[in-house]
Amino acid sequence: MNRVVITGLGTISPIGLSTESYWNALTAGQSGFGPPTIFAAERLNTKVVAEVKGFVPEHHFDARQLGLLDRVSQFAVVAAREAVGQAGLSFREELGERTAAIVGSGIGGQTTQDDAFKRIYGENAVRVHPLIIPRTMPNAPASQISMHFGIKGPTYAVSTACASATHSIGQAFHLVRAGAVTSAVTGGAEAQLTHGTVKAWEAMRILAPDTCRPFSRERKGMVLGEGAAILVLESLDHAAARGADILGEVVGFGMSADAGDLTAPDPSGMVRAMTAALADAALPYDAVDYVNAHGTGTTANDIAETSALYKTFGTHAARLAISSTKSMVGHALGAAGALEAIAAVMAVREATIPPTMNYLGPDPACDLDYVPNEARRRPLHAALSNSFAFGGLNAVLMFRRFDA
Amino acid sequence: MIDVANGVIELVSGKVRNKRGPLQMSDALEGLGLESLDVLELIFALEERFNIEIPFNANTQFDFKTVGELVHAVEGLVAKKTASA
Repeated sequence: MNRVVITGLGTISPIGLSTESYWNALTAGQSGFGPPTIFAAERLNTKVVAEVKGFVPEHHFDARQLGLLDRVSQFAVVAAREAVGQAGLSFREELGERTAAIVGSGIGGQTTQDDAFKRIYGENAVRVHPLIIPRTMPNAPASQISMHFGIKGPTYAVSTACASATHSIGQAFHLVRAGAVTSAVTGGAEAQLTHGTVKAWEAMRILAPDTCRPFSRERKGMVLGEGAAILVLESLDHAAARGADILGEVVGFGMSADAGDLTAPDPSGMVRAMTAALADAALPYDAVDYVNAHGTGTTANDIAETSALYKTFGTHAARLAISSTKSMVGHALGAAGALEAIAAVMAVREATIPPTMNYLGPDPACDLDYVPNEARRRPLHAALSNSFAFGGLNAVLMFRRFDA
Repeated sequence: MIDVANGVIELVSGKVRNKRGPLQMSDALEGLGLESLDVLELIFALEERFNIEIPFNANTQFDFKTVGELVHAVEGLVAKKTASA
């Protein structure tokens, strides 16, 4: 069994277009929220979303490439360039065949699909662009990363709604740990902010009219986001042999399903996923000092997650620092788990916990330490990153500070 | 407004999981066994049937305690819509 380390991180987020700017914004408590600008919102009630701002596709791709890339794949490839560049790996030689590209997305190329359907149904278009299908498919980000870097090992997408990226990183971790591949480029991407998709989210009546305040009293729901985050994983032997800068270690991954309600969270499923991640890491529960929570800011999730943290950690729950970075970047669905994994890895590396912003005070049913409104310096040994998806699908990653 | 009341009762009845005879105006909605997705679908069905907008966010408490209160609220929204039309 290989130890699995992280040697590259790449981020496209509503609060920063690189991992460094994302991390600085997270620890400064910056908000990525604002009124919609990238889709027609006149007929929508949604007044606040977390858009990726200042992303100019033409700065990253030529016209021929752009014809093949929905916004979701653009985010994924640009984030992967940063991560692979930081890792200093090239996949053009034999390493390409020993590398996996596993990249999640909840709903794939929504901008392409929404625009095409508007033309077909709304404008009675006679013909549509020939590449709508390969731009829309949820595996487009994984495939584009594979093609862009020459990665020829196991390449696929995982689509498990809000847990897509976490399942992806977990699968990549297990492949590297088992020795099936030497390295992996993994994470998630989402670009869901279209008129049609936001309208469908509105119908679920769980979007906040004001802002996202996870675990807080007076929280009113979630804010939709977008972005991509990519991690380069590598066996410790390979990374050490080439003298790579090691950013952290992946030590555990746990999964479970609720087999119950389609959308309502179930604490027992969350507990089983967190417990499985701890068992996979073969570490005691009190090794964990930070949890990057799923923390959507809905009434139901935050109560269920708090209850699950108590059941998993017992008296240690009160000593955990817990925060939801969705309070700054919103819910990027299939990218969320990767954005949050990077937050957790950086927190451990930098001994700094990003805050839960917009926190007004405790809800009686959410009474743990949510690191309200201000980042906190604290040496960290290990962190969990939680993702609990619609469909009752739970995935939890565990990261540890790397000590040679 | 009889039509509205009957329409609401018909739609609510379709979602009831603990059947105990015909619905009464005094029946508590909480006792009908509606799950969260039932409530969402019920609100949607009411909006479609009466062409109204029901201000409801799943993160806040469901404001209507009984079948009668829901009927009354829908009647109010329908009346408001008719008045403004």
